[in-house]
Amino acid sequence: MNSSINAGGSAGEFLRVTDLHAFYGESHILHGVDFEVRRGEVVTLLGRNGAGRTTTLKSIMGMVGRRTGSIMLNGNETIAMATHRIAHLGVGYCPEERGIFSSLSTEENLMLPPVVRSGGMSVAELYEMFPNLSERRTSQGTRLSGGEQQMLAVARILRTGAQLLLLDEISEGLAPVIVQALARMIQLLKQKGYTIIMVEQNFRFAAPLADRFYVMEHGRMVQGFAANELSSKMGMLHEYLGI
Amino acid sequence: MEIFGVPHQALLGQLLLGLVNGSFYAMLSLGLAVIFGLLNIINFAHGAMYMMGAYAAWMLLEYFQIGYWWSLLLAPLSVGAFGILIERVLMKWIYRLDHLYGLLLTFGLSLILEGIYRDQFGVSGQPYQVPELLRGATDLGFMRLPNYRAWVVLVSLIVCLGTWYVIERTRLGANLRAGTENPQLVQAFGVNVPLMVTLTFAFGVGLAGLAGVLAAPLYQINPLMGSNLIITVFAVVVIGGMGSILGSIVTGIGLGLIEGLTKVFWSEASSTVVFVIMAIVLLVRPAGLFGREK
Ligand SMILES: Nc1ncnc2c1ncn2[C@@H]1O[C@H](COP(=O)(O)OP(=O)(O)O)[C@@H](O)[C@H]1O
Ligand SMILES: [Mg+2]
Repeated sequence: MNSSINAGGSAGEFLRVTDLHAFYGESHILHGVDFEVRRGEVVTLLGRNGAGRTTTLKSIMGMVGRRTGSIMLNGNETIAMATHRIAHLGVGYCPEERGIFSSLSTEENLMLPPVVRSGGMSVAELYEMFPNLSERRTSQGTRLSGGEQQMLAVARILRTGAQLLLLDEISEGLAPVIVQALARMIQLLKQKGYTIIMVEQNFRFAAPLADRFYVMEHGRMVQGFAANELSSKMGMLHEYLGI
Repeated sequence: MEIFGVPHQALLGQLLLGLVNGSFYAMLSLGLAVIFGLLNIINFAHGAMYMMGAYAAWMLLEYFQIGYWWSLLLAPLSVGAFGILIERVLMKWIYRLDHLYGLLLTFGLSLILEGIYRDQFGVSGQPYQVPELLRGATDLGFMRLPNYRAWVVLVSLIVCLGTWYVIERTRLGANLRAGTENPQLVQAFGVNVPLMVTLTFAFGVGLAGLAGVLAAPLYQINPLMGSNLIITVFAVVVIGGMGSILGSIVTGIGLGLIEGLTKVFWSEASSTVVFVIMAIVLLVRPAGLFGREK
């Protein structure tokens, strides 16, 4: 199976989404989304609540009712692929609701996602990076504080060797010191060469971290620009996001 | 010696019978709990699978001269394989629908299976010998313990505790528990959840098949043996709490014992006591003794 997996993709491109439509049952949520992410980039999806950012991440994972168009991951077409096979192309997903399992201990939560690629962080490294998780390894996963649960939700996909991380609103509802810690974590992951797609509501959190930004509205990508264009785009962002 | 006017021989005898019945309740409700947890299906065909296990043992002996010990392995495997077929062909279409559809499907399935077996084997029932090694009884001093009954209790305890251990204490079990909570996310991590669902169903009904083999030498093998038992087992599941692993084991054995005791002290009530307890539990703790409120 591995021999059919294309390791390269063209020009360092990790993900290319073309004309993506997504549906939950009868509701048509994404209307032809196009964007791409290059290897090692941090890309942020901005947009108002309900714009379709979570649905975009879920579509990449194959977790929506139906999807059409093209999603090239690491050179592989995944539009018709089963969800668990997509993960094995090296994608780690951190859902908006964090998805910590209450019937699993902290350590079991950490160990749950199977290793999909070599080169993931070891448990020891992760406990060094998140000492709180180490202290509370035997606690029920959902007994952790909100911040700790968020750390856990990210830590467990760093163990798997996934190179593309889909992080959905990781700063949501957390205290400022925790948000700062998360920002440092993203910086570190970026240095380690991870490719990251962040969905964010918190513009001030995302702004200094991202290499590029996309803005979504009503299930479409309406803007895409690089970090160095940010200052000239502030007016537009005010309009779309109300920030 | 007498306890409350009951000779202690009779009391111990009934307690042992209760323990044996409880062993069957535990194994069957455990399978139901595992299946309900991951598949969200109340498997009404569980009794039919138990019956199929017993008949598999009988058929292996009758047609292939394969005895009890091999049947102990082969019968659950064949019932499990049948489970895979059922899950892949029928069940997978109804996961998105309401519980009720799963219940109707499996109820219909059990009627069909029982009908087929009645047609093939009649209703009078087939005998099955206790294996030579386990015949006779052991004198414990205070009572005579029939070896086969002791064996049934032992196997059931080992299987139930083994299952509990795997589910609650191993990585495989962590996958299963997580899959019970949020199968979509577990699949997004790269676990082949559809396969896990199929194998879990096969394991659950395989347990019922194993219970059927264990029951074969104790009770008459007949096409309705499952539906007679499964009603009580459903009461056990409701009392223990739908989906709770430990709950189904403890409740199964506990209710078997309570039934046995009731037989000694008020034998007319022994067949209803489980349902009385069910009614009380439902009033006081609707989610069951070990269940979590949703
Ligand atoms: N499971 C679902 N079923 C039906 N509609 C949904 C579902 N999840 C989200 N939606 C709808 O899809 C749209 C996009 O939602 P979402 O992708 O969550 O937006 P965002 O993450 O940008 O806030 C919203 O209108 C939302 O109501
Ligand atoms: Mg969202």
